[in-house]
Amino acid sequence: MSVVRASAQRSDGRGWTLASLLVAAVVLAPIAALFAIAAQGSGDLWPHLLAYVLPQAVHDTALLLLGVGVVTVVIGVGTAWLVTTCRFPGRGFFDWALLLPLAVPTYIVAFAYLDILHPLGPIQTALRAILAINDPRGLWLPDVRSLPGCILLLGFVLYPYVYLAARATFLMQSAPALEVARTLGAGSFATFLRVALPLARPAIAVGATLALLEALNDIGASEFLGVRTFTVSIYATWVNRSSLPGAAQIALVMLAAVLALVLLERWGRRHRQFSGGSRRSHPPALAELSGIASIGAFAACSAPVLIGFVLPTAHLVHEAWARIGFIGLSSNIVIEARNSVLFATAATAVALALGLVLAHAARLDRSGLADAAARVGSLGYAIPGTVLAVGLLVPLATFDNALDAATRQVLGFGTGLLISGSGAALVLAYVIRFLAISAGGVEAGYAKIPASLDMAARSLGESTRGTMLRVHLPLLKPSLGAAAILVFVDCMKELPATLLLRPFGFETLATHIYAEAARGTYEDGAVAALMIVLVGLGPVVLLARMSQPPQLLPPARSGSV
Amino acid sequence: MPGLGIVRGAVSGVFMALAACPLAASAQEVNLYTTRETGLIQPLLDAFTKSTSIKVNAIFIKDGLIERVKAEGPNSPADVLMTVDFGGLIDAVDQGVTQPVRSEALASAIPANLRDPDGHWYALSLRARLVYVSKNRVPLTAITYEELADPKWKGKICIRSGQHPYNTALIAAYIARYGEANAEAWLRGVKANLARKATGGDREVARDILGGICDIGVGNSYYVGLMRSGKGGPDQLKWGDAINPLLPTFKGGGTHVNISGAAVAKHSPNKANAQKLLEYLVSNEAQGLYARVNYEYPVRNGAAVEPIIASFGALKPDSLDLVAIARNRKQASILVDKVGFDQ
Repeated sequence: MSVVRASAQRSDGRGWTLASLLVAAVVLAPIAALFAIAAQGSGDLWPHLLAYVLPQAVHDTALLLLGVGVVTVVIGVGTAWLVTTCRFPGRGFFDWALLLPLAVPTYIVAFAYLDILHPLGPIQTALRAILAINDPRGLWLPDVRSLPGCILLLGFVLYPYVYLAARATFLMQSAPALEVARTLGAGSFATFLRVALPLARPAIAVGATLALLEALNDIGASEFLGVRTFTVSIYATWVNRSSLPGAAQIALVMLAAVLALVLLERWGRRHRQFSGGSRRSHPPALAELSGIASIGAFAACSAPVLIGFVLPTAHLVHEAWARIGFIGLSSNIVIEARNSVLFATAATAVALALGLVLAHAARLDRSGLADAAARVGSLGYAIPGTVLAVGLLVPLATFDNALDAATRQVLGFGTGLLISGSGAALVLAYVIRFLAISAGGVEAGYAKIPASLDMAARSLGESTRGTMLRVHLPLLKPSLGAAAILVFVDCMKELPATLLLRPFGFETLATHIYAEAARGTYEDGAVAALMIVLVGLGPVVLLARMSQPPQLLPPARSGSV
Repeated sequence: MPGLGIVRGAVSGVFMALAACPLAASAQEVNLYTTRETGLIQPLLDAFTKSTSIKVNAIFIKDGLIERVKAEGPNSPADVLMTVDFGGLIDAVDQGVTQPVRSEALASAIPANLRDPDGHWYALSLRARLVYVSKNRVPLTAITYEELADPKWKGKICIRSGQHPYNTALIAAYIARYGEANAEAWLRGVKANLARKATGGDREVARDILGGICDIGVGNSYYVGLMRSGKGGPDQLKWGDAINPLLPTFKGGGTHVNISGAAVAKHSPNKANAQKLLEYLVSNEAQGLYARVNYEYPVRNGAAVEPIIASFGALKPDSLDLVAIARNRKQASILVDKVGFDQ
């Protein structure tokens, strides 16, 4: 009988592996389409690309990624360390406020800062007033339309990915190790550098990877600030030289580079175990900071919140107020907000379910097949939005047209463009694009569940499905919730794929901003921009509350010990 | 239970999305795919619906419009494809997603050089590539495109990305006129004169002139109308008033113009309505709206130019053939990379 059960469980595991391979196939479909497009050949394009485009693209992209990597890791890890290990005024506030820049799309932050820092903007105007300079040319400040400007702006809105990951690790995993380090006489800084940081490395790598891929695929901010990244070059090749094959070729080269980097990072920590052990560790004790140190900590935590959230949002509020006074409120904005929320919600639910499939299969299947499927499933995040959307259009429309022809023949009526002509294409695009986030999040959650729990559940008679439903899911809830919120906010902010794949008469907040920006200047989109930030704000605050460290929750049974 | 709510939301979202799918096109509809933001042409579309009772479903797509129509194939709902520049229009024709239309109304309204002899594309409006100069700092009343490379403007010129279609078209015109080597030298000269990175939009050129970043810049004609009319708000009014818009010319030639235009999609399910829409867009009424609402130059002979735009002086379009310019577009884009114009 036990043989029967074992084989049933094995086939159960195989079912999961099969499901994860299917998910990987869905993600691979647009990539395969890109290969097919690339194979059409781009004529004599490459000598030109190699001579004039790629050196610049590699240079700008490398510096941008390096810069954004340093900025996000320094801010994300530094602030996470401060709020998890030190006691200073405002710590409880910063604990969640540091996540707020997540709600601000990169393209909006670029537009906002160009305004704020322009010679005609509030800062330079005020400075000139103070210095009694009349001519705007009398005061010179560095232009934000530059690579350093782009690095700083992207860094200040993307660091929460690192902050979130680092903070979770500092809270959950390192406490016992840190205490041991302290007992052995290591100072606070040495503990951070030699114990906490190496322990948190996988989490930081995951967070930084998300931030870097976001920076790599950014088209709005980079193009607007005049940075010629790979993604900007892909668009230029496609749009101006009418060479979609050429664009697909560059996109695939970029994808290969991303894969190489991700694999390199994994290889770098191949033989190490970072598990914090199966014990539920207690949160680290907070170190009391002296007067000057606590002022420093306060300043260090305020700066990212101010620069990444408060200033651009305040600017949006100001602009939105002026617009509403000038042209009134568009009646469509409520419908657009609803569309944004609905589609983001649908995509989040699907992405979460598929992420769960990938991570669960990878846990069950030791052959590496499911693990490979999980890696493949995360590829969508490494392809620029519009290019992914074009790659998706081809297989979807082919499927639709084939189905239409078949139903016409068999049933006498056609189904038309069932998927590519409806919102389903958009949901699919979001899912493929952001599966990396949900799969990564679930995987990280699984990593914290020791394998011994599975064994215990299984030896007590649970099936793999039962183990998942009754053991894993409750334990995964925080990771699932965090992943859901990240995916949701990202879907809300997504622009290029939405623009290309949305059905007739269907606008979201993001496409509204884009349309307004295309028509005039972006101030016209300030109201919609503000709404994206506001709708994103709810989930972000929720995320912060969910990941609240235990000591901030009211004690459940005080005095019972 | 929040989990259930998410699932319910997702399901209803998917169904709503499916419901939004235009399965069958009714007789009194026309579907418009446009790279032109729909808000800009909405007054025209509304007027069309009012006079014909044909409903217009419009979708604004920037990059990938042609790819989408191509992928949708015979089931594509697209009837009319509309673009903001000539390059995109020619691309659509080259990629085989258009079909020819024969119409006396179109042929008589649009001058022969602004439509395809085979009837695949029609220009609907014209826009001129101007040079904006600072009212306070630059006492200039005329300028040529060639002079933009004059070293006397070193550090004084603002312009958007060289890869933007408006600029690649201008550079392509330069190539068509003087050949590639001369165009490269000119472009290097312009690049050397830039006050800041070639990025942003045309209106930012005016803003940066007011902000003192540059003294002159390149921008389209209708932006001046949009800024100076106050339709863009009080800030833009100030930008528009800070500049003097000049109609530049090529030496011994005319002003570089681009077009907005349209074509009928190859698999158009409502072809008759598509043709009606095109014919309406070149009618006296619609051409008047193009001028008054969008500050463009009408294509129809004799249609009035809006006063703000007319104040720049009489437009004398360069005699270069649009198709000849479009043929050099790819070369222009390559030159932009080669001289590192956007770096």
